[in-house]
Amino acid sequence: MSDVKNILLVGVGGQGIILASKILSTGLMNAGYDVKMSEVHGMAQRGGSVTTQVRFGEKVYSPIIGKGQADILVSFEKMETGKWIEYLNVKGKVVVNDYEILSAPILIGKEEYPRGIMEELKEKTDVTVFKAADIAKELGNIRTMNVVMVGALVKAIGLDNIDWEEVLRNTVKEKYIDINIKALRKGMEQVK
Amino acid sequence: MKKFLTGNEAVARGAYEAGVTFASAYPGTPSTEILENIGPYKEDIYAEWAPNEKVALEAAIGASIAGARALAAMKHVGVNVAADPLFTYAYTGVNGGLILVSADDPGMHSSQNEQDNRNYAKFAKVAMVEPSDSQEAKDFVKAALEISEKFDTPVLFRMTTRICHSKGIVEFGEREEVGIKEYEKNIPKYVAIPANGRVLHVKVEERLKKLEEFSNTTELNRIEWNDKKIGIISSGIAYQYAKEVFGDKASYLKLGFTFPLPMKKIKDFADQVKKLYVIEELEPYIEEQIRAAGIDCIGKEVIPRIGELNPDIIAKAILGEERETISFDESKLVSRPPTMCAGCPHRGFFYELSKKKNVMVTGDIGCYTLGSAEPLSAMDTCICMGASISAGHGAQKAFNKHGVDKRVVAVIGDSTFFHTGVTSLLDIAYNRSNTVTVILDNRITGMTGHQENPGTGYTLQGEKVPFIDIPSLCKSIGIENVKTINPLKLDEVSKALDETLASDEPSVIITRWPCVLKKPTPEDIEEFGNEKFVCEVLKGDCKGCRICTKTGCPAIEFDSNIKKAKINEDMCVGCEVCLQACPFDAIEKVGE
Ligand SMILES: Cc1ncc(C[n+]2csc(CCOP(=O)(O)OP(=O)(O)O)c2C)c(N)n1
Repeated sequence: MSDVKNILLVGVGGQGIILASKILSTGLMNAGYDVKMSEVHGMAQRGGSVTTQVRFGEKVYSPIIGKGQADILVSFEKMETGKWIEYLNVKGKVVVNDYEILSAPILIGKEEYPRGIMEELKEKTDVTVFKAADIAKELGNIRTMNVVMVGALVKAIGLDNIDWEEVLRNTVKEKYIDINIKALRKGMEQVK
Repeated sequence: MKKFLTGNEAVARGAYEAGVTFASAYPGTPSTEILENIGPYKEDIYAEWAPNEKVALEAAIGASIAGARALAAMKHVGVNVAADPLFTYAYTGVNGGLILVSADDPGMHSSQNEQDNRNYAKFAKVAMVEPSDSQEAKDFVKAALEISEKFDTPVLFRMTTRICHSKGIVEFGEREEVGIKEYEKNIPKYVAIPANGRVLHVKVEERLKKLEEFSNTTELNRIEWNDKKIGIISSGIAYQYAKEVFGDKASYLKLGFTFPLPMKKIKDFADQVKKLYVIEELEPYIEEQIRAAGIDCIGKEVIPRIGELNPDIIAKAILGEERETISFDESKLVSRPPTMCAGCPHRGFFYELSKKKNVMVTGDIGCYTLGSAEPLSAMDTCICMGASISAGHGAQKAFNKHGVDKRVVAVIGDSTFFHTGVTSLLDIAYNRSNTVTVILDNRITGMTGHQENPGTGYTLQGEKVPFIDIPSLCKSIGIENVKTINPLKLDEVSKALDETLASDEPSVIITRWPCVLKKPTPEDIEEFGNEKFVCEVLKGDCKGCRICTKTGCPAIEFDSNIKKAKINEDMCVGCEVCLQACPFDAIEKVGE
C-alpha cells in the first residue's frame, strides 16, 4: 500500500478539474498502474468548492485521500489551497494557480479575500505558484488552464516520462489538440 | 477490453451486458449518470426518464412482468417515493429479472438527509447486493438479475456516492441476449388483493429462507483469510476503506450479498477470529443482525453512525493512528457556498420575491433552493420534492383558519412540478386555498445536470416529442388564474406577485426562461433568441449603494477601495437583472 501515490486536485466548479483528472488517470492507466479517482458532482458544482482525488500504484483500495496523505496538492484557486492543505503529506508538494475567484460572502462585501496564504504556506512546505490563467490566455484560450496545471503537476511529481501528449490526442477534441499540447509543455516549464 | 469507469457508468455497462432491455429512472445525485449512460445503448435497451421514482419503478415492474429484464434507478430519497410499489412487488415476485438501484448519499454531498437504504431490503423483504467498486458495480448487475429470476424477487442494488462517483478499472464482457420470457396471465401471483396477498406473504418468508441459504454459499460473500487476530466484516465502500487501513494484517468477510445476511458464514468467521469488527457506514445494519444472532462484535461503539466514513476515521477509531499534518489557521479563509449562476433565470424572480412583505415562501428542491441563501434569503421551507405546493396549501389554510394575516407563496421547479407538484396542485385546486404557486420553468432539470423532462419536448434517448404545456395543465385541473411571465423582467415579476397576492383565489405564476447553462434547442432559440451581451458598470454614475450585489450575482463584485461595483465580463451573460435593480441607471448593456 505504501507504494500508492496520492494526487489531490482542488478548485472551484467550472474550472475544468474533472477533465484534468481524466487526462491524468488515463495516462496513469496507460502506464500500467491500478488507478482510482473520486470526483464530486451535484450541488457543489454550482460555484462551490470542488475536488477530485486520484490514487495510483500496484493496487489501490480506497478512492479517497486521507489527511496528511496527498503527495501533491494541485490547487486551481489560491484560497482553496488553504482549505485542503491539511490533506497534504508533510513531505508533499503544492502547485498553485495564482488566481482568485471571489466567493459569495466576498462578492456581497461581507468578507474580504484572505491575504498572505501563499507566504504562510511557503514557510511550511514546498510550494510552486504561477499564473496558469495568464499562460492559458496567452496561448489563446483560458480554458486550457487546466492542462497547464496538469503539465506542472506531472513534472512536479516526476511522471513526465509518461507520453502525456498522446493522452491529450486521445482525450481532447481534434481542433484543441495543438493548443492543449502547448499548454501542457508550458505547464511543465513552470516547475524546476 | 479495460476501461476507467465510475460506478454509475459501470452499472450502465452491466445492464447492457446482462441483457437488460428496459430502464427507467428519475434523476437524483448520485444516481443520475446510470440512465445517462444506458441511454446511448439505444439499439439494445429502451431507456427513459420517468416523471418520478414511483413511476420509474412501476414502469420497470411492468416490463418485468411482461418478461423483460428491467432496471430502475434513483437516489436514496427516491426510494421513499417508490416504496409503495416496491413493497408489493416484493410479494408478487418477478417474471423477467428486476433490479432497483438505490444510490445513497452518506455525508449528504447533495442531499437533504442520509438515510441508509439497506434497511429497505430488510423491511420490504427483498434480496440486496452491494458492490464495493466499479468492477463489482458492473458484474453485480448480472448476478443480481440472475438472483432476481432464480428466487422470484426484486433485488435492491445498493450503491453510495463514493461507489457511484469513483472511477476504477473495469474489464468488459459481452452482452448476453436473454430475450423476453414468456408472459402468462397469473392472477394469484400478480393481483395483490388480500386473499392473494396472504398466500404470497407465506411464499415471501419461504423465499427468504432460500435466499439465506444462497447467501451462505454464494461467492458474493467471501472470506479472505490473513492474520486471525482481527476479523473484519464489511461491505460496499467501507470494505475498501478497511482494506486500506488493515491491508493483510486482518482477515475479512467481505459481503456483496447483504440481505438476507449469511449468518452461518458469519458465525464460522466469528468463531475463528480473535477480535471481530463490523465496519459499516451509517446505520449498524449488519451489526444489529449479528448481535441479534448472539454473536459478539465491535461496531458502532467505535465507528460513527453519522456522516461519511473514510480510512482515517477507521484508523483512528481502531488503531488510534493519525497522520501528521501541516498546521494552518483556516479561520481566515472564506466559505464558498454554491450560488445561482450568473444569468440564472431564478435570480430575477427571487430578487423581487425577497422584497415582498408578509409572505411565507414554501420552497422545494432544485437549483432554486439557492434562493434561500444570502443575500436573497427568499425561502422559508424545503422538505421534499413536491412539498412546496402541498405544504404551502396547508400553511395558507392554517393561517386563514386562525386569522393570521400572512400569504403563502409556493415555489417549485419545472421538473419538480412534474415529479409530485401536479398532485399537490390538485389539492389546491380541489380544496381551494388562495396559495400562490410559482412554477420556475427553466426548460430543463437543472440541479442534476440538465436532464430532459416532460416539459422539454425531448426524451432521454433524443426523441422529439410533444411537450407538456404547464399553463394548460394548470388550467385543466381547475386553476383559473394562470400567468406566464419572463423572470428576467423585474417589473413583470413584481406585478404578477402583487396581483396574485391580492387574490382570494388559487393562482399560478409560471416563469419561463431557459437555464443559462442549458444547451439551447432549436425551439429555445426560436422562442428566447440567442444573442450574447454583457452588462457594464458606468464608473462615473455608480454611487456605491451596493443594491446590485443584493441580487447575489457571482459576476458582481463590490470594490471596497473605490466604493464601486464591478461586473466580471467573463461571467456576465447580460441578463440585465442588476441593470434593472440599479436605482441610478449606472449599469448599461453592451454588445459582445
Ligand atoms: C425524491 C427526490 N428525487 C430526486 C431528487 C434529486 N433532485 C434534486 S433537485 C432535482 C431537479 C430539480 O429540477 P427542477 O425542478 O427543474 O429545478 P432546477 O434545478 O432546474 O431549478 C432533482 C432531480 C430529490 N432531491 N428527491
